Amino acid sequence: MGHDHHHSHSSADAEIRAKALEALLVEKGLITTDVIDEVVRKYEEDIGPMNGARVVARAWTEPSYKKWLLEDGTAASADMGYTGKEGAKIVVLENTAEVHNVVVCTLCSCYPWPLLGLPPNWYKSYAYRSRVVREPRKVLSEFGLELGEDIEVRVWDSNSEIRYLVLPEQPAGTSDLSAGELTELVTRDSMIGVARL
Amino acid sequence: MNSIHDMGGMHGFGKIPYEENEPVFHAPWEGRVYAMAMYTPKGVPGGFRYMIEKMEPATYLASSYYEKWMHARTQGLIESGDISQAELDEKIAYFRENAEARPPVVNDPERVAKALKAMYKTLPPDPAQPDPPKFKVGDAIRAKNMHPIGHTRLPRYCRGKQGVVDFVYDYWWVDDTPPAGEEHAIEPLYRIKFEAQTLWGEEAEPNQVLYIDMFESYLEV
Repeated sequence: MGHDHHHSHSSADAEIRAKALEALLVEKGLITTDVIDEVVRKYEEDIGPMNGARVVARAWTEPSYKKWLLEDGTAASADMGYTGKEGAKIVVLENTAEVHNVVVCTLCSCYPWPLLGLPPNWYKSYAYRSRVVREPRKVLSEFGLELGEDIEVRVWDSNSEIRYLVLPEQPAGTSDLSAGELTELVTRDSMIGVARL
Repeated sequence: MNSIHDMGGMHGFGKIPYEENEPVFHAPWEGRVYAMAMYTPKGVPGGFRYMIEKMEPATYLASSYYEKWMHARTQGLIESGDISQAELDEKIAYFRENAEARPPVVNDPERVAKALKAMYKTLPPDPAQPDPPKFKVGDAIRAKNMHPIGHTRLPRYCRGKQGVVDFVYDYWWVDDTPPAGEEHAIEPLYRIKFEAQTLWGEEAEPNQVLYIDMFESYLEV
C-alpha cells in the first residue's frame, strides 16, 4: 500500500498551476470557461459506466443485439448513442463459465470512455498496470474474485487504438428482470473484468 | 522509449489501491486539467503520451495522474510556442500570492457546441490501403526486439517473445514516433495472443493467456 497515494504533497501546488494555465489559455482565447465547465459536467454526469451497463443489459435481454455487440462493438454501441473520443473501435469480450476476461493498459490508461467514462484511480495505478499482466489471478483475488484453475484467464493489454469492454455473465435468477432493472446490477468493475456478478 | 511508464510485469508496486464510490475527479482542478488537455485546439509536439513518457522517471512516479496530464498540456504549449515559460511562471506567482483569485471568465456557447460535437465524434478507424496484411490468423510470429527512443506501443515484456496472430484488424495509423520529417505510417493492426508461460516462464499463473494489439512493423516471423 501507499505507493500510489501520491496526491497529497503537491495537490495544493497543482491547483495553483492549473489556475495559472487556465488563466493563460482563456486570456489567449485558446479555450473558454464554459467549454471547461461543460466538459467536466459531461464526464461527471453523462459519460460514465451507466452507458456500458445499458449496453450490457440490452445484450442480456436481446439475443440479436448481443450477437451484433460481439461482432461489431463500435456499431452496436453507436446504436445506443455511445460514440466519441477513445471509442473509435470498441471490441466486446464475453465472459462465460469457462473464460474470464480482464482489461488493462500497461503503458498508460487506455479505456473505453464512451461506455465507461474516465477510468478510476486503481485502473491507472502502478500496481494494477504492472501486476495484472503477470499475476492476474492474484490481482483478481485482491478484488475479492477467486477463479478456479479450470477457468481460462484472458488478460487484454489495451495498448493501441482498440478499446475493450467486458460483457459479464448475467447473474442467475435474473431472467425475469427488465433491461432497466438489469442495468442497476451491472457494475463498472464487472465491465473491466475485475469482478463477476 | 524504455522508461518507467512501460511497467507491465514489474515488481514492487504493492497492492491495488481501491477506493469505494470514487468520484470522477478528486478535486475541481483535475476536471479542469482534463478539459484543457483534451479541448485546447493545439496538438502536443511529438504526441501527448510521449510528452508524459519523457518525464524523468522519479517525477513520473511522484506525480498524480492529472499532474502528468497538466505537464503534457503545458509543456506542449510551451514547445509549440503558444505560451512562454516566463508568462506561465508569472501567472503561477500571481495565483500563489492571491489565493482567492480566479482565472478570468470568458464564455462562448458556439465553442461549447463545437466541443460537444468533438466529444461524440468517432475518428475514422481504417484508412484504406493498397497492400494486404502480411500475416493471417494462426500465423506464428515474434514481437521484434526493438528499443526505439521515441514513442512506441510495444511494451518491453512482449519484445522478442513468440505469439500467434489471433485476429487481423483494419489499417491504423502507427502511433510510434515517425522518423524526422515523416508522417505517421499506416499499417495493418493485429491482435496477438501470447501464452503466459512464454512471457513469465515458470512464475506464470496456470491457464492464462495475454492478448495485445500490434502494428505490422512490430512483428517478424
